[in-house]
Amino acid sequence: MSAILSIEGLTVALPKGADRPHALDDVTLELRAGEILCVVGESGSGKSMTASAILRLLPDNVALTSGRILFEGKDLAAANEAEMRAIRGAGIAMIFQEPMTALNPLRPVGDQIGEMFSIHTDLSSAEIEARTLALLEDVRIPDPRLALRAYPHELSGGQRQRAMIAMALALSPRVLIADEPTTALDVTTQAQILSLIRDLQRRLGTAVLFITHDFGVVAEIADRVAVMQHGVVVEEGEAAAVLNAPQHAYTKALISAVPPLAAPPPRPFSAEAILKLEGISKTYRTGGFLGRNKRVTRAVRDVSLALPRGGTLGIVGESGSGKSTLARCIMRLIKPDTGAIRLDGTDLATQSPAQHRASARRMQMVFQDPYASLNPRRRVGELVAQGPIIHGTPRDTAMARARELFALVGLDPAATDRYPHEFSGGQRQRIGIARALALEPEVLVADEPVSALDVSVQAQVLKLLAKLRERLGLSIILITHDLRVAVQVCDLVAVMKDGEVVESGPIGRVFEAPEHPYTQSLLAAVPGRGFHPAH
Amino acid sequence: MLTLAGRRLAASIPSLLIILVGMFLLLQLAPGDTVDALMAQMGGGGDAQLTAELRAFYGLDLSVPARLLNYLWRLVQLDLGFSSIYGKPVATVILERLPATLCLMTASLSFAFFFGLLFGVIAARRVNGWQDTVISTLGLVFYATPSFWFGLMAIVLFSVHLQWLPAGGMESIGEGFTGIHRVLDIASHFVLPTLTLGLIFLAIYLRIMRASMLEVLTLDFVRTARAKGLDETRVITRHVLRNAMLPMVTLIGLQAGTMLGGSVVVESVFSLPGLGRLAYEAVVQRDLNTLLGIVFISALLVILVNFCVDLLYARLDPRIAKETGG
Repeated sequence: MSAILSIEGLTVALPKGADRPHALDDVTLELRAGEILCVVGESGSGKSMTASAILRLLPDNVALTSGRILFEGKDLAAANEAEMRAIRGAGIAMIFQEPMTALNPLRPVGDQIGEMFSIHTDLSSAEIEARTLALLEDVRIPDPRLALRAYPHELSGGQRQRAMIAMALALSPRVLIADEPTTALDVTTQAQILSLIRDLQRRLGTAVLFITHDFGVVAEIADRVAVMQHGVVVEEGEAAAVLNAPQHAYTKALISAVPPLAAPPPRPFSAEAILKLEGISKTYRTGGFLGRNKRVTRAVRDVSLALPRGGTLGIVGESGSGKSTLARCIMRLIKPDTGAIRLDGTDLATQSPAQHRASARRMQMVFQDPYASLNPRRRVGELVAQGPIIHGTPRDTAMARARELFALVGLDPAATDRYPHEFSGGQRQRIGIARALALEPEVLVADEPVSALDVSVQAQVLKLLAKLRERLGLSIILITHDLRVAVQVCDLVAVMKDGEVVESGPIGRVFEAPEHPYTQSLLAAVPGRGFHPAH
Repeated sequence: MLTLAGRRLAASIPSLLIILVGMFLLLQLAPGDTVDALMAQMGGGGDAQLTAELRAFYGLDLSVPARLLNYLWRLVQLDLGFSSIYGKPVATVILERLPATLCLMTASLSFAFFFGLLFGVIAARRVNGWQDTVISTLGLVFYATPSFWFGLMAIVLFSVHLQWLPAGGMESIGEGFTGIHRVLDIASHFVLPTLTLGLIFLAIYLRIMRASMLEVLTLDFVRTARAKGLDETRVITRHVLRNAMLPMVTLIGLQAGTMLGGSVVVESVFSLPGLGRLAYEAVVQRDLNTLLGIVFISALLVILVNFCVDLLYARLDPRIAKETGG
């Protein structure tokens, strides 16, 4: 097959003072008609920059320095703005990662899709509306007529992504660039969107440049794969060849970092429970001034679980399942309506604030976003030492302890007087863990501790958690939406849906023989579940 | 939408009450009352009996709570009381002065909003370019200059030296203009006051608009719009502008009160017969009824502006209408 889009020796320069001189260095790629080419890489690999460069939507301080981008015989690198505008949307369309923010919140969805036609065609408004409706039906949005008039906030994440796809496909572009289109979605929604993209691609014969960091997704959808690292394409080939017999060391490392979806042999852990949740419920009530617009969300319903001493309990669920609310209840960041939280027999739910502060050090939390959860204006050593200092440890001792903790989590102890922005995401998460450990807790509650991290970094952080569990005798509650993460470190797992625990038990049993239909559908939706990399 | 409107109005009644009661009590702390001022106008003199009779006539001999309740009760009946200084009902006095203030406020607000928006957009489009530098510097100058000085300098330049525009007053008295000529005459009297009052607000709006544009321009949906093939002008008009205007609209509501306060100065400088000057005169003459009437009307005005802003905001942002309107 002939190439419909070929990138030849593309080099994009970063501004001076960046960590490397080129965002893309001599990138050569070929997208053939009717195929799905997956560009895989970790953050900073230049994969998204490639997409931006093709559409010439690069940030202001970044410039194309050399190379050609041939699309239907025309060199986009040399095209002027007006020519580029005619190609954007009509010839090459794009779908973005964040369906929550990629649509204008103030305009109806149908209006934004219809804009594609009003920019590039002379259709009448009645015709545009009919075409838009047909598109929404095509992407199988529930109730397309309503969706046409709906504002983005009235649709779910998956529906918004469908609307984005409808928008991108409006003018039957020859090339579709999808930049991590499913990363922000739940696993079941992700499976639906992936199959939608594949269906539409087959039917319309569109060539798709699919950018992702997830080898599971690659295994699911790719015809060919290109692997990028630091702005360079290190390996390119047929999907089966790259996945099963990777040549380049980086590809090998990436693939081996993909956790297998099978539980490791069970680990012995104590039968005694250190933490017991008994009938926890939390209901959110919103609105309600004089009883108007009352909305009642039962976020957590009657959840009872036990965490064995020295064990790891995974709480798995999709967004809105109540897993984060449950974590907050356990930490007493919010007060549960009913139920008891027994830590070694003491009920935390009924403690006074003063008692709670005293017992807070026994249970600590690691947060999801390593970028937002560290105060950017304070040195990381102080952040780690802050907890012990509040609890009465002398400052010098606390700072010395912080340095020891840095060594424990695999950071340079001398780095304690630096600021959070000087660290990478994985390093920041290590700082977050060090901060949680500073109070020498018995229980660690980790809320999506690795979901913001690259695969290889994920593996390292999970390994660190497992090591700390052995070394310090920690008991861990791990909250995650990612079944592959859960299966790696958890001994027990609880699957949550709509605030309830639908299934729980030893992880091996739940994953190999799921009983509840929801658990079964979750497992079936994991991308690339048939792909077992050789380890 | 209607429930939202109703709820907002209901919520403003307590604030109105608090303002009135607070103002009433505060004024009790000021030395002297209407009778003292009247006596002083009549040449002083210590006729204790006349003073006492006047106090009884105006109901000033009652206790403070009784007077407060009296006042509020009359207010419920939409009676603002009688101004002893002007010898007319307060409502009449205020109604005579209201048009000038309303004209000034509307004109200044529109002027500040329109040009603030325009210059904000230009500055954001050419960020760090010379246009941005010029606009931002001028904005800072307008913001930092006291409005009375601006007014005085404008009079010196445009009225005295160039003689383009009248120096003060609301219209040319004695010329006998009618119809369109009268409208134009009044408009020409309002040019300088509007500029003087509006420039500070223009500076604020332009800075807010610039910052808000720059922020919205980095959002994902702007990239989506560009990837659709929209040209830069349409990206701005169709996607960025409305999003960027939201903070500015909020600010208008917040600043309605400030603008009323500013109009006292501007009305004095340009001798416009407006509410601001009336308030000043009422304070000097201890005309409690008039002063409370002005406070009441001003509070109503501010509440009304905020109410309109809330409705406008709900129109602009569908997310708000959904959250609160049900």
